[in-house]
Amino acid sequence: MVIFDRKAEPHTPSLLRELAEKARIIRRDSLIMTTEAGSGHPGGSLSCADILSVLYFHHLRYDPSNPRWEGRDRFILSKGHACPALYSALSLAGFFPREWLRTLRKFGSPLQGHPDSTSTPGVEASTGSLGQGLSIGCGMALAARLDGRDYRVYVLMGDGEMDEGQVWEAAMFAAHQRLDNLVGIVDRNRIQLDGFTEEIVGLEPLAEKWRSFGWNVLEVDGHDLLQVAEALDEAERIKGKPTLILARTVKGKGVSFMENQVKYHGTPLTREELERALKELEG
Amino acid sequence: MRPSASMRETYGRTLAELGEEHPEIVVLDADLSTSTHTSLFARKFPERFFNVGVAEANLMGVAAGLASCGKLPFVSTFSVFATEKGLSQFKQSIAYPNLNVKVVVTHGGLSVGEDGASHFCLWDLAVMRSLPRTTVIVPADAVETEEAVRALVDHRGPAFLRLPRAKTGLVYGEGYTYRGEKLEFRIGESVVLEEGEDATVLAIGPLVVEALEASEALRKEGLRVGVIDVHTLKPLDERTILREASRTGCLVTAEDHSIIGGLGGAVAELLAERRPTPMKRVGVRDEFGKSGPWRELYEAYGLTSRHIQQAVREVREMVR
Repeated sequence: MVIFDRKAEPHTPSLLRELAEKARIIRRDSLIMTTEAGSGHPGGSLSCADILSVLYFHHLRYDPSNPRWEGRDRFILSKGHACPALYSALSLAGFFPREWLRTLRKFGSPLQGHPDSTSTPGVEASTGSLGQGLSIGCGMALAARLDGRDYRVYVLMGDGEMDEGQVWEAAMFAAHQRLDNLVGIVDRNRIQLDGFTEEIVGLEPLAEKWRSFGWNVLEVDGHDLLQVAEALDEAERIKGKPTLILARTVKGKGVSFMENQVKYHGTPLTREELERALKELEG
Repeated sequence: MRPSASMRETYGRTLAELGEEHPEIVVLDADLSTSTHTSLFARKFPERFFNVGVAEANLMGVAAGLASCGKLPFVSTFSVFATEKGLSQFKQSIAYPNLNVKVVVTHGGLSVGEDGASHFCLWDLAVMRSLPRTTVIVPADAVETEEAVRALVDHRGPAFLRLPRAKTGLVYGEGYTYRGEKLEFRIGESVVLEEGEDATVLAIGPLVVEALEASEALRKEGLRVGVIDVHTLKPLDERTILREASRTGCLVTAEDHSIIGGLGGAVAELLAERRPTPMKRVGVRDEFGKSGPWRELYEAYGLTSRHIQQAVREVREMVR
């Protein structure tokens, strides 16, 4: 057993520096992987890199040598297209060798184009068809309660995904069942495949929507590691209702020419663009 | 008249019994628990029953989450809602990750009767059988329903079991016997009810009784017609079907489902590739269906013993 369990550690400057460095590697990996694969979703991988860093290197409890350890916290990437970032985090956490990252989307690779729980250690749910992750999270949270276990369940959703009716079915259900061991996180980068969320089907006021569905809602800057870490701690203290962390983020965060660009939702960088991007990330 | 019994009542009762010895069983429904009879389980084990409301997508997803944490979810609603509104979730969240979720639906086929076209599900078997990793079962009567539900507890992986709404005639005797002989229900192994020489009828669900009656009637015409209860549509019992195709040289399929893609489709695919054999399909012929008492609908859409008899005569003509 090599259980990773650091959530009690204070949020010191050195911890935050460490998390920032992990987020930088997640961004770097995501860009290299998608360019190498010739397809994939770099923009939304960059927007959630900081959130994944806090989760995997500070907040979640897991055992990379035993991915199915029963006491682990569960993380579901409902916005499955951002799996390059998840794969990077899992490899850094020790679930599988770093070399696997280069095989993303290639035939025979354990790293599928969208998360597959049967082929990648550490992937808790098969996702990719949007809107399904929160329901799965509800089931896991119910199972924890039935078994009297203290593991917690985290579901990272995209904001474009909020268009799906199933999200709101699950939102109502989680509140009705008072699932306080369930945390939803919305990566609010304001861009979906076809354009800006507010131009396609407006979501605002999004926080109010979740509140009215019976959730405890926390709003944070999704690139401020301290705010994300504190919100995750705060969510553990809330009893009787699930918590939704609305994380304001920037699509393509960290690479100047990618930020807020619709194009990079589903288009990988060219080799030349990749070089420029990696230089920026080193800087 | 044969005695009849409700398969969905048997389902609910069996589930409630199984809950006792299997603490891992959890049951989910989408606001139809008094119709699917999962309410019997809910009353006995309220903490292990979850009503998600009128929300079939969430129904499937919650079941997936429970299964991934070691629970054995039985999920129930009408077939039309499970397969038409929960299909994407069944595929992505349950079948693809190979989770141990049992979807037991009621109100399959025209047996729904008066509710009409919006509630008929005449294509669920075609859809579900095309999904990898998914076992598909259609019991013939209430007795076989109990056997099938019990078998699903020991079975690993995603499964879909379809029941009708109506009380339908009994094929089997108490304790899963046929003509006094004790049988054993095995997923993937069909049951030979009547040995035939001149033709074989392969039937599922309430059409098994119709097939038995057709076989009896045709005997008076001097025909020995075999009847097989193909309770597992997937994996299909290819061995038995191919053997019957060789032995009697012509087959009829019978089901309360569209003739496209269900039992008729599955058997036609098998025969075309392995042993081309004349066959006829008894089922709903690419129509939506209208409201009415289910027996009248079976008459109107060609699903009775009389229609099976006619199909046997026609298929016999083809081999002459």
